[in-house]
Amino acid sequence: MSKVNVLAAMRSGVSPTSASDCLQSPHAARARLKTGRWSIKENAARAVFTFTALVSILAVALICVFLFANGIPGMVKIGVWDFLSGEKWKPGQEVFGILPFIPGSVYVTAGALVVGVPAGLMTALFLSRFASKRMVKLLRPAVQLLAGIPSVVYGFFGLVVLVPLVRELFGGTGSSLLTASVLLGMMILPTIITVAESALNAVPAAYYEGALALGATHERSVFHVILPAAKSGVMAGIILGVGRAIGEATAVMMVAGNRTSMPKGLLKGVRTLTSNIVIEMGYATDLHREALIATAVVLFVFILLINVLTSILKRRSNG
Amino acid sequence: MKLQAKLYRAAVYAGAAFSVSVLVLIVGYILIKGMPHLSPELFAWAYNSTNVSMMPAIINTLLMTLLSLLVCVPLGIGAAIWLTEYAPRGSRLVKLVRMTAETLSGIPSIIYGLFGSLFFVVALKMGLSLLSGALTLSIMVLPTIMRTTEEALLAVPDSYREGSFGLGAGRLRTTLKVVLPSAIPGILSGVILAIGRIVGETAALIYTAGTVAKVPDTLLDSTRTLAVHMYTISTEGLYIDQSYATAVVLLVMVLLINSLSALIAKRVGGKHA
Repeated sequence: MSKVNVLAAMRSGVSPTSASDCLQSPHAARARLKTGRWSIKENAARAVFTFTALVSILAVALICVFLFANGIPGMVKIGVWDFLSGEKWKPGQEVFGILPFIPGSVYVTAGALVVGVPAGLMTALFLSRFASKRMVKLLRPAVQLLAGIPSVVYGFFGLVVLVPLVRELFGGTGSSLLTASVLLGMMILPTIITVAESALNAVPAAYYEGALALGATHERSVFHVILPAAKSGVMAGIILGVGRAIGEATAVMMVAGNRTSMPKGLLKGVRTLTSNIVIEMGYATDLHREALIATAVVLFVFILLINVLTSILKRRSNG
Repeated sequence: MKLQAKLYRAAVYAGAAFSVSVLVLIVGYILIKGMPHLSPELFAWAYNSTNVSMMPAIINTLLMTLLSLLVCVPLGIGAAIWLTEYAPRGSRLVKLVRMTAETLSGIPSIIYGLFGSLFFVVALKMGLSLLSGALTLSIMVLPTIMRTTEEALLAVPDSYREGSFGLGAGRLRTTLKVVLPSAIPGILSGVILAIGRIVGETAALIYTAGTVAKVPDTLLDSTRTLAVHMYTISTEGLYIDQSYATAVVLLVMVLLINSLSALIAKRVGGKHA
């Protein structure tokens, strides 16, 4: 049996022992017997593995069904438009408008990008093109540690360091849009660094060498040749960072001030979609609870949009 | 020309310095402020309002991690095996599985928490419990295990499979006895990534496993993991010193998990270095 045949048999999902070329051998009968005995086991195994693969489909389906089935009716009861465009969130008076939380989430995420993207991108460039091997050996674990720190610890750090710092420097309570942005910016650093670095490392060496040969300095080659070549990978990293920032609940809640009114300024408190759920889910009942689930539906739709964007970018960088 | 190069270089160094100082600041601050508060009483067996011991939470974290892994590791490995060894190439089902796994990995933990409380806690009547929390977390880390296992399986050379088939082994035996063992280090690094996420998780657990600070008697009792413990005591605002101490323990756990994964990566070989 040639290598090609075995591989073809493997790819098509047929056990090679049952491929027709085996049956022409003197041992055909025995081979067939053996496959017969195996086939129950083989088929059972195939069924089990197929089932495990279906679990993720099932999970996504269940999440969609349960979120939408529990969230949409509440949204309808409140009035979809009132819910999405209402500027007041007063659970005590059964007034549920989540409009303030949408800019809340968007501003906090944008702020995180302002802090996290330049620093993350520069660190990725450093790791990929400037650092010595020893530096890289030291920095990689550091970035991994940054990625591994739990969000409560980030939140706590924000609470005891950043909040007082902002209060001292700029006044106000310290729990603000600015504080949340800075903290989230720190949290998305490792995501951006890791993804951007691997995109930068994947740029063919010939690009860099070509730029050098044309007389560009190392820095110019890196910034004007390698960075543009890695653009879509870098973008994918940034979007992953956006996903992390917009979905973060615990840490943001601890430092953002959580005022339910429209965001009024950098130093004023804001509430995001995520923190709205975390804060009130514990004691919410009836329509209030449904409104919170509906908040999650809105957040979920945002996340799905981001996912679609990521996969488009990925396809572009692969293609 | 020269000036531009200098500016670029300065920007890169400044960015890298910023990232490093963020890490040093957070880790250093927590360690320095927290170490002095690590008193033996904080590791007492029982939790009460005068002594917010973290021992029950530490044990709960272990239980939660074990139980979640027990569910998601077999599922994740099985799915990865199907994707690499069994699935017909380019089938629509493969694309669907990949797409849903990617979707799962992008869903924020608070949505998992909400889903868990709607599905496991309420619809399946498991209540706020260790089991609800662990099942929720299993779905959350499933894509991590799937992706790393799949990468590890794909890295096993086809000649291993051909050799095994050539010796007359069937597909199942080839997968379990030949392909899977050579992929174990890669799979382990995925499992460790998953452990890291489970240990640090809060938002997905508050409304699925609850916040009871006791070691559970059964799978259906409510528990709080160390991260949730830290969340509760630090937002109550009464136990700042204890929060520092808890943060130290959490950081040490993360450090241990990370060095374990570095160790495994080193054993896999110089591929990633």
